[in-house]
Amino acid sequence: MNQDAKEVQERIYPPMVEGHHDYASVTDKISDITLKKRTPFGWFIGFGIAFLTAQLLLITVTILFANGVGIWGNNQPIGWAFPIINFVWWIGIGHAGTLISAILLLLNQKWRTSINRFAEAMTLFAVACAGMFPVLHTGRPWLAFWMLPYPNTMGMWQNFRSPLMWDVFAVSTYATVSLLFWFVGLIPDIATLRDRAKNKYFKFAYGILAMGWRGSARHWHRYELAYLLLAGLSTPLVLSVHSIVSFDFSVSQLPGWHATIFPPYFVAGAIFAGFAMVLILCIPLRVWYNMKDLITDTHLIYMGKIMLATGLIVCYGYAMEGFFSWYSATDFEVFMMHNRMFSGPYWWSYWLLILCNGVSIQFLWFKRFRESAFWLFIISIVVSIGMWLERFVIIVTSLHRDFLPSSWGMYAPTMFDWSLYIGTIGFFFALIFLFVRMLPVISIFEVRTLLPEAKVEPHGHKHEHGGSGPVGD
Amino acid sequence: MAEFDSATEIVVAAEKVRDAGFTKTDAYSPFPIHEMDEALGIKRTILPYLVFCGGVCGLLLGLGLQYYTHVIEYPIIVGGRPHFSLPAFVPPAYELTILLASFTAVIGMLLLNGLPRPYHPVFNVPRFNLASREKFFLVIEEADPKFDYTATKTFMENLNPQEVFDVEE
Repeated sequence: MNQDAKEVQERIYPPMVEGHHDYASVTDKISDITLKKRTPFGWFIGFGIAFLTAQLLLITVTILFANGVGIWGNNQPIGWAFPIINFVWWIGIGHAGTLISAILLLLNQKWRTSINRFAEAMTLFAVACAGMFPVLHTGRPWLAFWMLPYPNTMGMWQNFRSPLMWDVFAVSTYATVSLLFWFVGLIPDIATLRDRAKNKYFKFAYGILAMGWRGSARHWHRYELAYLLLAGLSTPLVLSVHSIVSFDFSVSQLPGWHATIFPPYFVAGAIFAGFAMVLILCIPLRVWYNMKDLITDTHLIYMGKIMLATGLIVCYGYAMEGFFSWYSATDFEVFMMHNRMFSGPYWWSYWLLILCNGVSIQFLWFKRFRESAFWLFIISIVVSIGMWLERFVIIVTSLHRDFLPSSWGMYAPTMFDWSLYIGTIGFFFALIFLFVRMLPVISIFEVRTLLPEAKVEPHGHKHEHGGSGPVGD
Repeated sequence: MAEFDSATEIVVAAEKVRDAGFTKTDAYSPFPIHEMDEALGIKRTILPYLVFCGGVCGLLLGLGLQYYTHVIEYPIIVGGRPHFSLPAFVPPAYELTILLASFTAVIGMLLLNGLPRPYHPVFNVPRFNLASREKFFLVIEEADPKFDYTATKTFMENLNPQEVFDVEE
C-alpha cells in the first residue's frame, strides 16, 4: 500500500534531478562548464559556424546603410514584408523564456528550475535580434531615436495613439525587464563562480558582477521577494508585449488583420514558437554537456505537452480567422480568405503553414513521439518554420490584395532579405554559445533547493506560525 | 562563526541562538531557506511597498507624458479622437508602470541588502568560499550586546557545528 502510494506520488511529481547528486556535485557539474580551462573543440566549431553566419548580418547591414531599403524586396503595397515578419518571429520566440521564468514560477512548477536560465538568455538574445528589424526598417536607422519622446528642436512629438508607438514602449520595456530578471537570477550563481574560479581575472570579473553577494539570510529574504515580484510584473508584461505587437495589425482596417482574435492568438503563437526554440536549444545542450540528470526526459515531455496545448490554441486561431471572414459577410474579408487559402498566388504558404503548425503537432498526442528527444527536436524545427510562415501569410497575403485591384502587387524577397534574416540567426546562436561558455546555463542555487536534503526537517522546536516561511514559495 | 553541514542543522542552531537572546546575527547558506526567516527573527522587508510606489510613479509618468504631449505641447487630432484619448494611452502607461516597478524591485533589493559591497569581513574566513557551494554558516557579531568572546565561543561550540571560526575585521 505504502509502495503504491509512493509510486503514484512519483508519477504525479517525478523527480526533477535524477542520479545521485548533492549540493557540491550539482554546483561542480554546472559551474564546471564555465570554469573548465579547456574549451571543448565542438564549442569552437559551433561558435565558428554561428559567428561566420553572423557576418552575413554585418555585411547586409553595411550594404543596407550604403544603399537604403531598396535592396530589399519590399514594395508598394507590401511595405512590411521580411523585416516585420522576422521581427514578430523573433520577439515571439522570446516569450517562452519569460513564460518559463515568470509564469511557471508563480504557478509553483518546480520543473522550470533547470531550464529557466537559458530560456531567459534565449529571450534576451531573441529580443536583441527582433529589435534590429524595425529599426533597420525605418530606412534611416541613425534617426531611430526620433521614436523616443524627448523635447527636440523640431518641436515635434510622437503620436501615442499609434500601435507602432506602443510597440516602442512594449519592446523596450520587455527587453529591459527581461535583462533585469535574468541578472537578478544570476547574482547568487555568479557568486558561486567567483568563489570557485581559479583564474585571477575571471575571479575579478565574476567578483564585480556578483557585487559582493554572500548568501546572507537577510539578503535571501529580500532577494526571494524581489524575484517573486519581478515574476509577478513580468507575467502581465509578457502577455501585453505580443498583444501590442498584434495591435500593429489588428488596429488597422486591412482585411486579414482587422480581427479581435489577434491578441490571444498571437500570444499563444509566441509561446508555441518559444517552446519550440527552447527544445531546439536544450536537446543538443543536454547531450553535449551530459546534463540528462538535470534536464531530464520529464522536462522534455512537459515542454512537448505545452507545445501541443499552445499549438492547438493557434489552430483554433486559424479556424476563427476563417470563421470571422465568413461571418463578417464583408466581401473584402471573404475574398481575402478565399485568396489566402485557394485562389491567390500564395496559397501554398497557407497550406504549408497548416502542415507545419497544425498537422505536425498532432504527433505529440502520442507517447512515442513525446518521449523521443529526436522527434521532439524535429517537430520543434518544423514548428519554428511554421511560425515564421504564419507571419508571412498574415503580412504578405493580406497586403498584396487589398481593397483596390489597381493597388495589388506581388512580393518576392531578395538575396539581402534572406542574408539579413539568416545573419540574425547566426548572431543569435553565436550569443548562445558565448553564454554557455561564460555563465552558468542552469540556475545552480535553485537546483540545490530541488534536492531532498534542502528541505528543513521538522524538529522539536515549536513554530509560532507554522507552514512555510513568510515569503512563500 | 560556526559551520554546519545541512539546512536542518543550521535552522536548529539559529533558533537556539535567537532563544539565547542574540540579535546581531546572520546566517549564510548556498540557497534560500524559508525557515531561516523565523529562526533568526528576520523582519519582513518593506520592498513590496517600494515596488508599489515605483509602479504608481510609472503609471503617473506614463499618463503625464502623454497628457503633456497630446494636450499641452502638441495638440493634434488623429482619427477624430479627443486630445486626451485614454484608451489609446493605456499601453504606454502600462509598460512604464511595469518598467519602473521592476527597476524599483531590483535596485531596492540591492540597496536594502547593502550591495554592491565588494568587501565584507566574512570573506576573510577561508572556508567561507563553501557558503556558495554546500556549507552553512552562522555568525554572531561582536556588536551584539550579549557578546562576550569566551562565553559566545563556548556557546557556539555547543551548537553542534562542524567547526567554529573567528572572523577578522
